[in-house]
Amino acid sequence: MTDQIQVATSPHVSMTSLSTRRMMIDVMVGLAPATAMAVFMFRWYAVVQVGLCILSCMAAEALFCWMRRRPIPVGDCSAPVTGLILGLSLPWSAPWHIAVIGSFAAMGLGKAVFGGLGYNIFNPAMVGRAFVMLSFAKAMGASAFVGTKSGLAVIAQATPLTVAKKFAADLSVGKVITGDLQLQMEAASDLWPLFVGQVNGCLGETSALALLVGGVYLCLRRSASWEIPAGIIISALVVSGLANWAGLTPFTALHHLIGGSLLFGAFFIATDPVTSPLTPKGKFYFGIGVGILVVLLRLFSGYPEGVMFAVLLMNAVTPVINRRTIPRPLGGGGPEMGRG
Amino acid sequence: MTTRSSFPGGVHPAAHKALAAEAATEVLPTPDEIHVPLVQHLGAPCKPGVEPRAEVALGDELGNSDAFVSAPIHASISGTVGKLTAVTLPNGCRVRAIPVKASDEQPLSGQDLFDDIFGGPWPTGRFEQYEPKQIVDACRAGGLVGLGGAAFPTHVKLVRNEKRPIDTLLINGCECEPYLTADDRLMVEAPAPVVTGALLAQRATGAESVKICIEDNKPKALESLRRVAGAAGVEVLAVKTKYPQGGERQLVAAVLKREVPIGGLPLDVGAVVVNVGTAAALARAVLRGKPLTHRIVTVTGAGIRRPRNLLVPIGAAYRLLIDYCGGVTEDAARIVSGGPMMGFTLGNLDTPVTKGTSGVTVLTHDEVRKAKETACVRCGRCVDVCPVHLVPTKIALASKAGDLDLAQRYCIAGCIECGCCAYVCPASVPLVQLIRLGKVLLQKAASAKKN
Repeated sequence: MTDQIQVATSPHVSMTSLSTRRMMIDVMVGLAPATAMAVFMFRWYAVVQVGLCILSCMAAEALFCWMRRRPIPVGDCSAPVTGLILGLSLPWSAPWHIAVIGSFAAMGLGKAVFGGLGYNIFNPAMVGRAFVMLSFAKAMGASAFVGTKSGLAVIAQATPLTVAKKFAADLSVGKVITGDLQLQMEAASDLWPLFVGQVNGCLGETSALALLVGGVYLCLRRSASWEIPAGIIISALVVSGLANWAGLTPFTALHHLIGGSLLFGAFFIATDPVTSPLTPKGKFYFGIGVGILVVLLRLFSGYPEGVMFAVLLMNAVTPVINRRTIPRPLGGGGPEMGRG
Repeated sequence: MTTRSSFPGGVHPAAHKALAAEAATEVLPTPDEIHVPLVQHLGAPCKPGVEPRAEVALGDELGNSDAFVSAPIHASISGTVGKLTAVTLPNGCRVRAIPVKASDEQPLSGQDLFDDIFGGPWPTGRFEQYEPKQIVDACRAGGLVGLGGAAFPTHVKLVRNEKRPIDTLLINGCECEPYLTADDRLMVEAPAPVVTGALLAQRATGAESVKICIEDNKPKALESLRRVAGAAGVEVLAVKTKYPQGGERQLVAAVLKREVPIGGLPLDVGAVVVNVGTAAALARAVLRGKPLTHRIVTVTGAGIRRPRNLLVPIGAAYRLLIDYCGGVTEDAARIVSGGPMMGFTLGNLDTPVTKGTSGVTVLTHDEVRKAKETACVRCGRCVDVCPVHLVPTKIALASKAGDLDLAQRYCIAGCIECGCCAYVCPASVPLVQLIRLGKVLLQKAASAKKN
């Protein structure tokens, strides 16, 4: 027996139910309702888009690890998670090369160049999406969502946020609202379809209900920190409520919350642990920042939606938030500790 | 009588207390030989006070020191002193030790020994017939140190200081480490000396109130102490079961809502914390003039054949305890002195039991198996559970990179090495090990500066 007795430092036991892999699997489980809803609404297009992204991300990770002469980390399941999130954030109509290029950009520029899982500064899936969004503006733009396919009723309409953006833009320049736009606006303002997901949009973002179910699961499992979605939801509600009151947007705070990809971003994108702050307070501030930026981008940028850029911008300030939110140790230091 | 208030952070590891909780304390047969280390406490080492071939009796002093922060050592069996040797303690310190070979005639063994140490009568009261200094001196003479594990000399804690008055005395019966049940058994089997010791410590420190704090997962110990303490006017408090509730700082934070300053002691905030085992030994040292020679040690774990609690002479080899409990099983992986969260692994079973040894936990390969280590994913779980409100991952990674400035900015000195962070880490980063490395590097840097 003595030859197998180990000498090691404490602690000698660990919580085996918790692992990086388990956290990644939790994200996939949490996204299952939204994925199912995407397949239900966009049929074959969703299956192909998401499947292509997952496979491309895994292939890209294998390729980049091989190039860096590192073992391929199949076990941590982080590549398929990035692929799933990227796939769900694309429009149904995006051609196959967008999915593939986006995946390679996500794994390469988003992750591998920084040194792999745990070292990246920006959310890989959002890096990939930003890459294809800027490279293929037309195929990723508002018009790409609208089309006519038999069996897909939702794609006949523009996305709710696009309608709201056009409506607000027309109003602000004093243009007369046409009857057609008025009708579209009324349809887009209907809360129930917006909540269950019978609207046009990126594949995974349409159903607030599915995202809430999966998001709450993720927070209860503590694989996502609740402080981030809480911060995002609170600040987005406040800012969009004020904007609505000031006449800057025809949508109420509730529309802004359940429309577009705000909930998708709040629960599944901004909560990426690697690219968000460490401390509970920092996480909450991060969420507040994302929420404010999302609404500001929706109101004032050239794009109808702002989740992607809001998350990327806040990723960039995460190190600053970390430095400013070092907790005061029990029995130690005054407020001067943690400055620097 | 219950407090739900607690310290921040903490974890709930599987307790596994049932393995030994019901096993009544048994007395280890007198060993043939013991090795009594000259350092068993925090502070200055003792100088040997006996020559080789000298005959010593149970309770005779073997060594002492002139330093204030130190504690004398005593013979825990009767016999012949051998030549000074060296032993390696579980924490890796190589120290000198005095061997004593047992003589054929032992004054006490078996149940008689147990009764001599824990048997009554144990008077209660305000003990005004004792001067505070008398109690403190008796603690020093008896070689009393904290039996909870840190082994800080007890008389240092109890001595009165005009500048820092003590208002509250906490008797620590939390025993928050998984597996260990030695304090639990003491409280169930011998609550009276604990209460008497608590009252004596109160007299020594001049504390206005004394509270015996027990985690609420030990209903029998709570009931047993309440029965005795109630009559003596000592409060018994059930505290929340959460690791590391038994840490001094955490207990003071939970019960008194006071923060012990980093680098300071509870007495800096008007409190003194004394372990239940120490309290019982204190009663014996003061009232009967008997030194600390034996202690209860839990021998437990899935890797031990017959887990039980033993009354052990200090200086006995760990091997004797393990053999008495049937030996280890086939799948035993680590033999830990103490509990699984903060204990040290034993490489050599001839290592002697010291005053701070609360248990031996034998863990199996299944129990110590970890998920594969990945890079830190910055999830912040370690921040959530840190009972000191540190950012363990930052300190650990700074230590790993040798960036001592950064480690200090994140207050590495505040780490109590409780292991909560490494316990929850999903990436299985050896956080505590890295932080310890950082502390060693800092010490080296400091001594290099001095020279």
